[in-house]
Amino acid sequence: MVMESFSQILARHNLTLSRSKTDILQVNVGLLCNQSCRHCHLEAGPTRKEVMDRRTMDQIIAFAERGKFAIIDITGGAPEMVAGLEYLIESLAPLTQKLMLRSNLTALADRNHDGLLSLCQNHSVAIVASFPSTNERQTESQRGRGVLERSVEMLRKLNTLGYGRNGSRLELNLVSNPAGAFLPTSQCQAEKRFKQELNRKWSITFNNLHTFANIPLGRFGKWLTKSGNYEGYLQKLSDSFNPETLKGLMCRNLLSVSWDGYLYDCDFNQAAGLYLSSTPKHVSEMDTPPEYGTPIAVGDHCYACTAGSGFT
Amino acid sequence: MMETYYSPADLAKFPEIGKDAPELANKFFEYYNAVFAEGELTEREKALIALAVAHAVQCPYCIDAYTGACLEKGSNSAEMTEAIHVAAAIQSGATLVHGLQMRNICNKISL
Repeated sequence: MVMESFSQILARHNLTLSRSKTDILQVNVGLLCNQSCRHCHLEAGPTRKEVMDRRTMDQIIAFAERGKFAIIDITGGAPEMVAGLEYLIESLAPLTQKLMLRSNLTALADRNHDGLLSLCQNHSVAIVASFPSTNERQTESQRGRGVLERSVEMLRKLNTLGYGRNGSRLELNLVSNPAGAFLPTSQCQAEKRFKQELNRKWSITFNNLHTFANIPLGRFGKWLTKSGNYEGYLQKLSDSFNPETLKGLMCRNLLSVSWDGYLYDCDFNQAAGLYLSSTPKHVSEMDTPPEYGTPIAVGDHCYACTAGSGFT
Repeated sequence: MMETYYSPADLAKFPEIGKDAPELANKFFEYYNAVFAEGELTEREKALIALAVAHAVQCPYCIDAYTGACLEKGSNSAEMTEAIHVAAAIQSGATLVHGLQMRNICNKISL
């Protein structure tokens, strides 16, 4: 069976994908990571050299000042491994209502990050941590040996600092991606179960759980091909296409900046090499966020965000 | 002529079973969907039961479908393996407990 391309399915449903108000800035500070997760769409890992320098950070800070974003989201790789992260946090925090830091937990535990953690506390930086499963085998098959134990240890530490505790202003959210070529669990059901399990097994609390489908790009895309799962997975995603997800997709109100300062509609388009408005544009050349109605670059990987209840 | 009795591609064609008896098929699928909706049991728990039963009735289509469903509902392979052991224990227990019938008959007709 020949699968319809993402552009074709949009056309068949009489839909177009364009930007609404851009109020989230996602800053990818680099592809260096202490882990080589098998589902990583960016192929981040310990041997990657692509890391944001101070000049690009300053250009992003200047843009954030002009753009007045409601949310700024720092991601990687492992942002904790990037020199200057503390500077970036300190500079961006006053420019937004909510600053988020994505962490794989083990990178946060790897070195003594007490300075970084107190900085996050002081600026009420929300921590978004990868935690695919409460099951050791599933977690380690995706993220590497020993990751569950070390992640649990770090979550406990975050809890003691007030993160994810009832009534605390310090937000701790978890992200779970499936450990394979299958769709994610419904967010609502998974959150309920994770809350029970984490509390029962380790007395850990957190605020929200986000479940996302794996993106068929990068290391995960290669694994899909090598394991003979690529066509079946893409078919599963396209069979689950839900036109209702389009209005809430994150690419409609998010602008993604890569480690070298180039702009994309989302982190997945970064991995696919699809620039914002299909042209390389540097953050230093951008006066204001993209206009309402600007078309969003799409590829078949977009099926991962429109399957089921979608990636918002 | 078929090369094998079972083909994985046939699983997706299950709704075609309604071709010659659409009313019955509609009733079946309506009931089926209602059974698997969240109720007193979660969808995850129901998928685990279905996986265990699939093994007991040895249906390759159901094993394929409910292995995927269990993973997508958030179960892991350790839980799924335990569910299959439940089916295996009941199946072997059912065989063994019939030994009492054998013993009763044996006792009755033996000196």
